[in-house]
Amino acid sequence: MSPIVPNFRKASREAVRNSQVIAAVRKTANLLSGMMALAVANTPDFEALRNYGRTRKLEISGDLEKYAQSFAANAQAAGAVVHRAKDAAEAARLAIKIAADNGAKTAVKGKSMTAEEVELNEALEAAGVTVTETDLGEFIIQLANEKPSHIMAPAIHRSRAQVAELFTDRLGTPPDLSVEALVAAARKELREKFLAADMGITGGNFAIADTGAIVLLSNEGNIRMATTLPRIQLAVVGIDKIIPEMADMPKFLALLARSAAGQTISSYLSIVTGPRRAGEEEGPEQLHIILLDNGRSRIAKGPYREILHCLHCGACLSHCPVYRAVGGHAYQAVYPGPMGSVLSPLISGLEIYADLPNACTLCGRCAEVCPVCVPLPDYLRDLRSDVNKPPLMMKMAAFGAHTPSLYRLGMIAMRQMLKKGVKGLMAPALKEWTVCREPPEPQAGESFRDWWKTRSHGQ
Amino acid sequence: MNMPTTRRVSLFLTCGADALYPSVGRASVRVLESYGVDVDFPEEQTCCGQPWLNTGDAKSARIMALHFLKVFERSEAIVAPSSSCVDTVRNRYWPLFKGEPKLQDRFRKLASKTYEICEYMHRILDIPGLPPHPEPARTTYHSSCRTLRGIGLRGVAENYLKQMLGDHFVPLPDADACCGFGGSFSVKFPEVSGKMMEDKLGNIVLTGASTVAALDMSCLTHLSAGARRQNLGRLRFVHLAELMMEALEGKTR
Ligand code: SF4
Repeated sequence: MSPIVPNFRKASREAVRNSQVIAAVRKTANLLSGMMALAVANTPDFEALRNYGRTRKLEISGDLEKYAQSFAANAQAAGAVVHRAKDAAEAARLAIKIAADNGAKTAVKGKSMTAEEVELNEALEAAGVTVTETDLGEFIIQLANEKPSHIMAPAIHRSRAQVAELFTDRLGTPPDLSVEALVAAARKELREKFLAADMGITGGNFAIADTGAIVLLSNEGNIRMATTLPRIQLAVVGIDKIIPEMADMPKFLALLARSAAGQTISSYLSIVTGPRRAGEEEGPEQLHIILLDNGRSRIAKGPYREILHCLHCGACLSHCPVYRAVGGHAYQAVYPGPMGSVLSPLISGLEIYADLPNACTLCGRCAEVCPVCVPLPDYLRDLRSDVNKPPLMMKMAAFGAHTPSLYRLGMIAMRQMLKKGVKGLMAPALKEWTVCREPPEPQAGESFRDWWKTRSHGQ
Repeated sequence: MNMPTTRRVSLFLTCGADALYPSVGRASVRVLESYGVDVDFPEEQTCCGQPWLNTGDAKSARIMALHFLKVFERSEAIVAPSSSCVDTVRNRYWPLFKGEPKLQDRFRKLASKTYEICEYMHRILDIPGLPPHPEPARTTYHSSCRTLRGIGLRGVAENYLKQMLGDHFVPLPDADACCGFGGSFSVKFPEVSGKMMEDKLGNIVLTGASTVAALDMSCLTHLSAGARRQNLGRLRFVHLAELMMEALEGKTR
């Protein structure tokens, strides 16, 4: 969809040099992972909770369509209009139509990565609907005309000072405001928009199949305003967000809140079941829910099914050493970091994001923290089989390496070449190796095998 | 009490030690022997196959795994001075043979008797303590990802280091962060790998250590080559087994 062909090598090369961004990313990533560690440590049965999460999610991803249908039926029964979108383009068309049918010209929006996935803002703006982001992070991003760089903390790459500068530039606030003053400035700006908006747009953290409710977490109260003030309400929700019963919700909420921001529960929790009913004073006249597939049913049937279990907590991003070294934009994908390196190629195409499964050291930190135990490193390793074409050299090397005599010769040759500084067959690898390091240095003296031989003869 | 029968161990040298670090192999043999272990070295051994496994060439990885099985299947136990190679043999081989239950079984047996040397000393030989090192240098420890999250060894190497070096052992800040090596990652994305390496080296410098120990020579190859590029030349990078040998034999190198 985006005109640029993603190139992680090039983007990451530039990203590691951007020390301002990296410092900002690390500061918040450290904060988030620290808070998560504390919250987890204070939850004695967290492992049991994780197991529950994984087991329950396996049941769900094993039968996505069943839960999607049951959610749709119950949401309709509660008065919502449910639309099914098979891909991003269809979701965008549906959203435009909902706005047009109701003469909606302005919209306020809560943070939603699913909306990013369908490029909803761009689509609506092109159709003449003005969309205002109301989550502080998203508000910042929108002012700066950027994309989110973290699925949970979209403006993680910007420091307070940079945000203050941006506000002065775009909103005319006094220079160098404190965090509190920045929040107040954004509030003031947004209040008017909330009151005037025709349409409220959100994602959905969970969709509850047995009640048809959309569950939304927030720490700023913006979601509450966006779901109650405007007359038309739209929620864009991936079918992977559906959980079977309201009774499942507290457990998933406990997993998500702890992993996302080290909280036991978010500051605000909205459970939206249908539009305003007769006699009620608040709520929209219409509630539309777009259930987005966009490859999810296909993924559920394949070998990477558990990526659909993802709660979008962002913990794997904040803990990933590669993400911390390059920031989110270097991935050039809606979903960056470990979960994104699995999900982005699966959704958008392996050929577009062939770099991402390789952009990982397989350090295993993500799997260690994931609240629903998505086997991210295993998936990234397996995806390499799908995206990499092993060069002939490596195939030949494998033949040599499992043939003891050839292997021994190879080792001797490698030692000699490295000692004498001759590159030979190793030239291409050494060229990249020496971007940031000297060539490996073999120890002087006899090889282990020679030592072993003399020694066993001596005995 | 019964005298325990002599333990027999086959050393898996690893290709890294084979090509670059003979001292790691020698130290492994001598440490094991000093505890009465009978060590043999099957000369037909090659490499565990990580370079293929981790670049997605499962077919070649299977060839490597089968060769490893052929060489080591009859061994009583297999010990390697490398967490990442042990992680490969233990956790990565058998999933390569889904749909071949008999073969998979043999790989699971292989997995259950393969150990990193420090792990073997702790879990199997049950060595509670090591003698003091004769010339302790200020030393820090890089707990590689595969040590921590691959074979699940936490605090064991650190304990041995404390026993050998006392106050000369200085823990590394941000110890569980990856050093940025990552096999093919190090040459596919050398700028990112280099950035992660710089951070790790920065923390090493902070400790004031002159020696860096680990259970993974691959991380250390990357870090030492980076340290040379950054002119941090005085640093000595060793496998823990080398320090153990020095402590056990009462002399340096
Ligand atoms: S994969 Fe796991 S850790 Fe990463 S965002 Fe999803 S739920 Fe969170």
